[in-house]
Amino acid sequence: MIYRSHVLICAGTGCTASKSIEIAESLQKLLVEHGLDKEVKIVKTGCFGLCEKGPIMVIYPEGATYCKVSVEDVPEIVEEHLVKGRIVKRLLLGDKEAEDVAKSLENVGFFNRQMRVALRNCGVINPENIEEYIARDGYKALAKVLTEMTPQEVIETIKKSGLRGRGGAGFPTGLKWQFAAQSQADQKYVCCNADEGDPGAFMDRSVLEGDPHSVLEAMTIAGYAIGANQGYIYVRAEYPIAVQRLRIAIDQAREYGLLGKNIFGTDFSFDIDLRLGAGAFVCGEETALMTSIEGKRGEPRTRPPFPAVKGLFEKPTLLNNVETYANIPVIINNGPEWFASIGTEKSKGTKVFAVGGKINNTGLVEIPMGTTLREVIYDIGGGIPNGKKFKAAQTGGPSGGCIPASHIDTPIDYDSLTELGSMMGSGGLIIMDEDNCMVDIAKFFLEFTVDESCGKCPPCRIGTKRMLEILEKITQGKGEESDIEKLETLANSIKKSALCGLGQTAPNPILSTLRYFRDEYIAHVKDKKCPAGVCKALVQYVILADKCRGCTLCAKKCPVGAIGGEVKKPHTIDASKCIKCGVCMESCKFAAIVTQ
Amino acid sequence: MKSIKELEAIRERALKEMSIRNNENKTRIVVGMATCGIAAGARQVMNAFVEELNKRNIHTVNVAMTGCIGVCRYEPIAEVIEPNGEKTTYVKLDAEKARRIVAEHIVNGKPVMEFTIGAAEK
Repeated sequence: MIYRSHVLICAGTGCTASKSIEIAESLQKLLVEHGLDKEVKIVKTGCFGLCEKGPIMVIYPEGATYCKVSVEDVPEIVEEHLVKGRIVKRLLLGDKEAEDVAKSLENVGFFNRQMRVALRNCGVINPENIEEYIARDGYKALAKVLTEMTPQEVIETIKKSGLRGRGGAGFPTGLKWQFAAQSQADQKYVCCNADEGDPGAFMDRSVLEGDPHSVLEAMTIAGYAIGANQGYIYVRAEYPIAVQRLRIAIDQAREYGLLGKNIFGTDFSFDIDLRLGAGAFVCGEETALMTSIEGKRGEPRTRPPFPAVKGLFEKPTLLNNVETYANIPVIINNGPEWFASIGTEKSKGTKVFAVGGKINNTGLVEIPMGTTLREVIYDIGGGIPNGKKFKAAQTGGPSGGCIPASHIDTPIDYDSLTELGSMMGSGGLIIMDEDNCMVDIAKFFLEFTVDESCGKCPPCRIGTKRMLEILEKITQGKGEESDIEKLETLANSIKKSALCGLGQTAPNPILSTLRYFRDEYIAHVKDKKCPAGVCKALVQYVILADKCRGCTLCAKKCPVGAIGGEVKKPHTIDASKCIKCGVCMESCKFAAIVTQ
Repeated sequence: MKSIKELEAIRERALKEMSIRNNENKTRIVVGMATCGIAAGARQVMNAFVEELNKRNIHTVNVAMTGCIGVCRYEPIAEVIEPNGEKTTYVKLDAEKARRIVAEHIVNGKPVMEFTIGAAEK
């Protein structure tokens, strides 16, 4: 069936939450009403990346990209664009007056500085249609591997590409494959870690939702390379759309004979099953993940033995992250030299980041390694909202650390981030401005790790809790100078003694904020002040008498009646009654209320 | 999946269906689809273009719509815009004429002079 127009609608989690499914349904209804349903095809795609502007809709052949589309906009889109061919300019992304709308998607700063390798099909194909994946060279790499290459040649190719694990640690992928291949056993397994748990991270979810077949293809290639015939994808149950698309993709791949027995007429057989995680953060740790697949309580164990020797069901197992797998088919198709030509000396290829926090273009970006933080924040991310000053970026979530504004020109790659005391991590990138308190940020991440600690080893179970207690003390204004030293000692010993990655990295947010923002800790402890005005116990709201016009608005809004004063005369806040909710400051039209 | 040939066949087929999502270096046929154009039968003209291109397996041409060009008396109007920007304006079209334009202009590279706006103005 040939259609004259394709309407691509983002059906990723972000846009779905802002009703993209309802938009698609209402569009379908209107197409039928206008007799256009045989001319116009609706394609539900994965994430385009520009989640801030969602729901996103792209109409071909014009390539017009509409943003923030609502169900109410659909009739206009049908009547104007699809019936009369007139672009609905008010919905266009970027420069509304752009003459050349055909290229609007690529012309926006957000997109034209990115390089999409792992996300190559996200927002481009219908993830529930295997043929669209095949049209974009899907399963071509698998065909090549099975018919033209030996398992060792595949491993050499991956080694040569310089690909490193995208889950966070950055271990060379080819080497990992080599270890798993070398282990002798009657049964081996290939696993995919899709238990994305860092707060604010959604890279893997977007790949699974937008391009599930790329992961299936890569796992099958890995199976051939290491000699495994069974794969497991461990995915969070909190990702219902990803789970559903994976199910559809696995069924279709089986139907087309791309999973199952004798793939491409060779002796090689491989199948993949899903295992759903119940939401424990620790299950993203490799040994805990495999224990969980086995049906046991998800707890880590000591290494060695490493999974490549003794992994799932005590058999040699290869475990890679979603994004790592998504790169594999492209490396096989384009050659390892091509991949190695992207990025920096020790970090090859691209990295996907979920950019959030104080940034204009919240969303998903994929950049070549070595791109600077400045480019990501200002050129792609569109800068900090409300003209505020950039303070720091947090990478690696609760296991990572922060990069202060003074290092904004650092190229983003594994080694430079580690050098700064942060880490690449899985790709969460949280931008913070002058209104963020760094002690509070460290406390936030520590609350997360305390909640998520599995409790098996004491350094993590007890140590993180003690660190959190100290941080709480500091943010409440009860901190002593010795607390900072105590924190440091505790952090360093937990780092050395915890059983798994969760505990070993849990002190990182504290250590890195102490490294770059020690003065903020000192201000909390010594001066009993929170410089950013975040820690409530240390903040006082006061009315500036020279600016207050006595409009009484704040007094009316105050929920506890802490503000008093005569009309048209400066008001005052009774500090003993004030609950520091900040409503008065928000409501004041004369900027007369400040925090001290 | 038993062979690479089979995969290649699926790829070709799916690629054709998706070719519309690629705008690079393509000839565009733009059909005027404002009220005047639609009333004069532009929809049949556009469908004829789409069908004929498909029948002939041509996937390097996109058919798009546009608004009123301004010479409503000549509707239905279509313009063939080549990748180099060269433009030919055809007027007073019908389905049959559209099919001839595909055969002569798109396939053989010879604009159908008798249907052009220049011929109509004489």
